[in-house]
Amino acid sequence: MFPIPIFRDWEFIPISNGGSAFMEQLIQQLVNGISLGSIYALIALGYTMVYGIVKLINFAHGDVFMVGAFIGFYSITVFHLGFFPALLISMAACAIFGVLIERIAYKPLRNATRIAALITAIGVSLFIEYGTIYIRGAQPEAYPNGIVPLKSIEILGVKISGQSLLILAVSIFLMILLQFIVHKTKIGKAMRAVSHDQDAAKLMGINVNNTISATFAIGSALAGAAGVVFGMYYTKIEPLMGIIPGLKAFVAAVLGGIGILPGAMAGGLLLGVIEALVSAAGFSLWRDGVAFVVLILILIFRPAGLFGKNVREKV
Amino acid sequence: MLKINDINVYYGNIHALKGVSLNINPGEIVTLIGANGAGKSTLLKTISGLLKPKTGEILFEDEYVAGKVPQLIVKRGISHVPEGRRVFANMSVEENLELGAFLRKDKKGIREDFEKIYGLFPRLLERRKQLSGTLSGGEQQMLAMGRALMARPRLLLLDEPSMGLAPLLVKTIFRIIEEINQTGTTILLVEQNANMALSIANRAYVIETGKIVASGTAEELGQSDQIRKAYLGGH
Ligand SMILES: Nc1ncnc2c1ncn2[C@@H]1O[C@H](COP(=O)(O)OP(=O)(O)O)[C@@H](O)[C@H]1O
Ligand SMILES: [Mg+2]
Repeated sequence: MFPIPIFRDWEFIPISNGGSAFMEQLIQQLVNGISLGSIYALIALGYTMVYGIVKLINFAHGDVFMVGAFIGFYSITVFHLGFFPALLISMAACAIFGVLIERIAYKPLRNATRIAALITAIGVSLFIEYGTIYIRGAQPEAYPNGIVPLKSIEILGVKISGQSLLILAVSIFLMILLQFIVHKTKIGKAMRAVSHDQDAAKLMGINVNNTISATFAIGSALAGAAGVVFGMYYTKIEPLMGIIPGLKAFVAAVLGGIGILPGAMAGGLLLGVIEALVSAAGFSLWRDGVAFVVLILILIFRPAGLFGKNVREKV
Repeated sequence: MLKINDINVYYGNIHALKGVSLNINPGEIVTLIGANGAGKSTLLKTISGLLKPKTGEILFEDEYVAGKVPQLIVKRGISHVPEGRRVFANMSVEENLELGAFLRKDKKGIREDFEKIYGLFPRLLERRKQLSGTLSGGEQQMLAMGRALMARPRLLLLDEPSMGLAPLLVKTIFRIIEEINQTGTTILLVEQNANMALSIANRAYVIETGKIVASGTAEELGQSDQIRKAYLGGH
């Protein structure tokens, strides 16, 4: 069958050596962790929004992230677009892709059992992964260097790459935009209403189907953005690249409290930082495992997630 | 204004409404009384489009609306205050009211209606920014009614507005229902509290296990021995 690539090297940029002090390494790893964490957060937001509104763990979400990375890649290499146009195109295409997935695969199952929907989501995920391999092959691609010519800056004697900062800036901007959409716009209010009580929302005249589609569109656009940012930062992309970040973003969503938007953001960042610290402590082989240890711990001690008690902001 | 002809509604195999017919004239308060499980909520949900009748017709202002989606029915001028209030607990009072006006585009009219509803329910004005999940039952009932009124309905469906409220609050709510009716909104009021309902209604229907078993003016039904025994505590 297809080779399942094992890619470990992308996750953390090797720490610059040269006898750097422990503190420097630590800060460097923290920066890496925050960058990676903000990517998890962007993906986790889509998981949590979709869960909030249709109570479905959309396991195909990590694959939308992968598709987003490829669309960004082709926009840059084939159509010679810059980073921001590629980002926008990828977001728009993923939004449409997410809506198609929902309409074709999930909508017919809206009243089916949860397990049927879950199995379907896994099927969709495999379909996208191997569909992508069928169309373009399993070989990885590399995002070109220097798409955004940014200088690195020095903080406390630690060099922080411009790309880390760009990732952070893009993520924070998108999260603020999302908060604005969810709280201030009509569609955002409709999303919150539907996630709270579908029938009551219908009685307001809200079109529940369109609102669910909008939720998939927004969540998928965020995953698309995460894909492009990821490609730019870690360079290497391939058709199965969505699996691990997708699972970790799912853990991040559960960590923050599934269905809660600020929870997904915090969960993503926290998970990224935890992984980075584990690496910094010299256990980089354990990095992937840590996410699942976190999942198990949270399910045992705080199944509602960190934000699950007092904040009840669902979408 | 509303004409229901011989509708049959099912939940899977459960035959919940069996050939129900009902009529509401403009300006009336009509009440539908019946025991728990008789099919009252089912009837309201069918009118507002949450459920579709298998057979039969519903006409609202001479237009067939049976089986239409709730969105269209709200647009036509029917608002439904569901049983148990169903306010959006994760949103403020103000946001709940805004959602009531979801289909409207007339900003000025919406602003006026905010004023009207805060006038009708001063408690809501005081708690404008409060999360609606933290309101008391009576306040949530007011919010649910205010939210429905934000759509400027010509027909208002109320499902057990007195449920779980202290007697004094029930009085307030019923006074407000009369007030709403006097400003020109026709009302279909579902109640288990038959005494209160008959006291403000023009006409009434009695439903038992999915069938209308009696109807008439509120006075007639209030005096009928059978009804008194079954629904009015037998006095
Ligand atoms: N979602 C449902 N699924 C199956 N049966 C239902 C459902 N809702 C109501 N019923 C049944 O339909 C009948 C009428 O219910 P309902 O209209 O809620 O009564 P009421 O509002 O008069 O108390 C009851 O026998 C109830 O058990
Ligand atoms: Mg009922």
